[in-house]
Amino acid sequence: MRTYNITHLKQLESEAIFVMRETAAQFERPALLFSGGKDSIVMAHLAAKAFTPAKMPFPLVHVDTGHNFPETLEYRDRFVEKVGGRLLVGLVQDSIDRGTAQEESGVNPSRNALQSVTLLETIEEHQFDACLGGGRRDEEKARAKERFFSHRDAFGQWDPKNQRPELWNLFNGRMAPGENFRVFPLSNWTEMDVWQYALVEEIDLPSLYFAHERKVFERNGSLLAESEHVELAENETVSTETVRFRTIGDVTCTGAVRSEASTLEEVIREVAASRDTERGSRADDRRSEAAMEDRKKQGYF
Amino acid sequence: MSEEKSYLDMDLLRFSTAGSVDDGKSTLIGRLFYDTKAIFEDQLEAIEQSSRQRGDENVNLALLTDGLRAEREQGITIDVAYRYFATPRRKFIIADTPGHVQYTRNMVTGSSTANLALILVDARKGVIEQTCRHAFIADLLGIKHVALCVNKMDLVGYEQEAYEKVRRQFGDFASRLENVVDLTFFPISALQGDNVVEKSANMPWYDGPTLLYHMETVYVGSDANHVDARFPVQWVVRPHSDEHHDYRGYAGRVAGGVFKPGDEVVILPSGFRSRVKNIQVGDEELNEAYYPLSVSITLDDDVDVSRGDMLVKPNNQPRITQDLDAMICWFSDGKTLRQGGKYLFRHTTKEAQAIVTDVRYKVDVNTLHKIEDDSEFKMNDVGRIALRVSQPVFHDTYRRNRNTGSFILADPFTNETLAAGMLR
Repeated sequence: MRTYNITHLKQLESEAIFVMRETAAQFERPALLFSGGKDSIVMAHLAAKAFTPAKMPFPLVHVDTGHNFPETLEYRDRFVEKVGGRLLVGLVQDSIDRGTAQEESGVNPSRNALQSVTLLETIEEHQFDACLGGGRRDEEKARAKERFFSHRDAFGQWDPKNQRPELWNLFNGRMAPGENFRVFPLSNWTEMDVWQYALVEEIDLPSLYFAHERKVFERNGSLLAESEHVELAENETVSTETVRFRTIGDVTCTGAVRSEASTLEEVIREVAASRDTERGSRADDRRSEAAMEDRKKQGYF
Repeated sequence: MSEEKSYLDMDLLRFSTAGSVDDGKSTLIGRLFYDTKAIFEDQLEAIEQSSRQRGDENVNLALLTDGLRAEREQGITIDVAYRYFATPRRKFIIADTPGHVQYTRNMVTGSSTANLALILVDARKGVIEQTCRHAFIADLLGIKHVALCVNKMDLVGYEQEAYEKVRRQFGDFASRLENVVDLTFFPISALQGDNVVEKSANMPWYDGPTLLYHMETVYVGSDANHVDARFPVQWVVRPHSDEHHDYRGYAGRVAGGVFKPGDEVVILPSGFRSRVKNIQVGDEELNEAYYPLSVSITLDDDVDVSRGDMLVKPNNQPRITQDLDAMICWFSDGKTLRQGGKYLFRHTTKEAQAIVTDVRYKVDVNTLHKIEDDSEFKMNDVGRIALRVSQPVFHDTYRRNRNTGSFILADPFTNETLAAGMLR
């Protein structure tokens, strides 16, 4: 008997492509949020695939905290040129200069939360009605209940108690003026799926994801990179280690892991054996048990 | 293929679970996660810490599945949560829904994409109303595989009779289900781990597979319709570039049947005929496409095709009518459905308006009795209605094809999703 098995990666790919095409069709001014992290890279790769041989019908939007790893920006510019995309950058520094956002003070200041302000301002400036994000439900428990099409009110807020039910492949993107949607095509992907897909599709990822030598120091159990954006406390000492990153966010809050994995195959083997989640190394999520839920309600990615 | 690259050959199973607080559902999910190494150390630490803070005596595995602070504070689960784990054979997506009577709509949502329903029965209590409700909803949503777990076998001394009793009770009920073709029973203890991932030494009288083995091997590839070719056009790819000057690709996800280059197709609603020139995903050309692949199709002829149209085969066309007969589940907690009500109607890639022309009956989801003297649908109500749509709908019965037999209704004023429907 003829069988119709397709691999889990092909199924996830088809689902993500369907969701992105649905976004292009249902909205007037969609955009793709591009951070330079592996999830948004895979999402942008899928977007390019979904509309081939045409260009993807939305710009790439980068909300730039100014606290980047230099590798991230290099990669971003190279990637955008390769896929022939249009890049728009929203600068957190601009929000701070305008007075709509205020730099954190204290021991471990971060611009992570300020991104929400700049993101909402960028959405408003360009009147985006749908923003594609690389969020995955396996990342964090507040994300486990997120929809593919996530409705946001005129303040950009997420209301977990009042989400639209989502059935089959039927996505309801209708909204009132001033409201908008976040769309998550990778909802059903896990960290492992992303790595495996990158391997199968031969997607070139930033060098930060692979083992390299770096000057690092320990803070609250995380291994942070030395950089001009981070001030060392008195008892903190810098040493050179062989590390890589499992996620890439701000240089101020993205923890590295000690690792020798220098190829995708090795990374996959390491992730399979790992007993910690990738966000375990993210200082932004460790602030409180409901840190992500609170940030999402305020309009975070 | 070497073992470490077996993931390049893995497939996917989506299953739904439903259960109330005390039937061991969270423990079972915790067990599956733990035994397949899907729980990470930092997650365990986090729930240990939360358990201590709440004053729970044991590590409360339910905290792993209760996501939001709003829920933890109230000790309830308010919505469908999606969870993931994988074995070397399969990736699993769990749609985890609360089981209380007022959450029928969440069960409907979670079941809509599932291949298999996991239903838990407490061995001490046997089949209860809730068991039947879960099974009815799974069946209504077209799930073909049901795994019925007789849980807490450790609390009945691992006695075979408790298990057999549930099989008899549920077997009687199952004869009334229309879509379920594969019903399998498992005597388990989620708490102790018997027959979940590892075979139990406590129940030598049971010679069947473990629950996980069943879920890893049950064949779901033929659950989708591979007979009636249906391709709802989602988006028209037009590059407007010199290199691809005349290119027109019809992008979409195959909803049924198989398409191959050279196949003759009819375009609905125009009725024009053409042939499939090529099928591609990105730059890769395919020699066939079937559900659930997302592809782009080009045709031999330059015909007018747009979103909402459907490509089908000349000798196998869907039903094309404006009048529809459907089972629905009503979701809204503020609005009610009545005869004469007007709604936004979304089906495949088409959006239209619909008016409710008749309310036939409602179903009591606990007894499966028809209710004919109450024609107002409130939240969680299930029943049968008739609709008239503002334009012809290219459809099949839900039973024949989930993709071309399902629709949703939305509110034309607030835009919220009000109901899910299955065509008959």
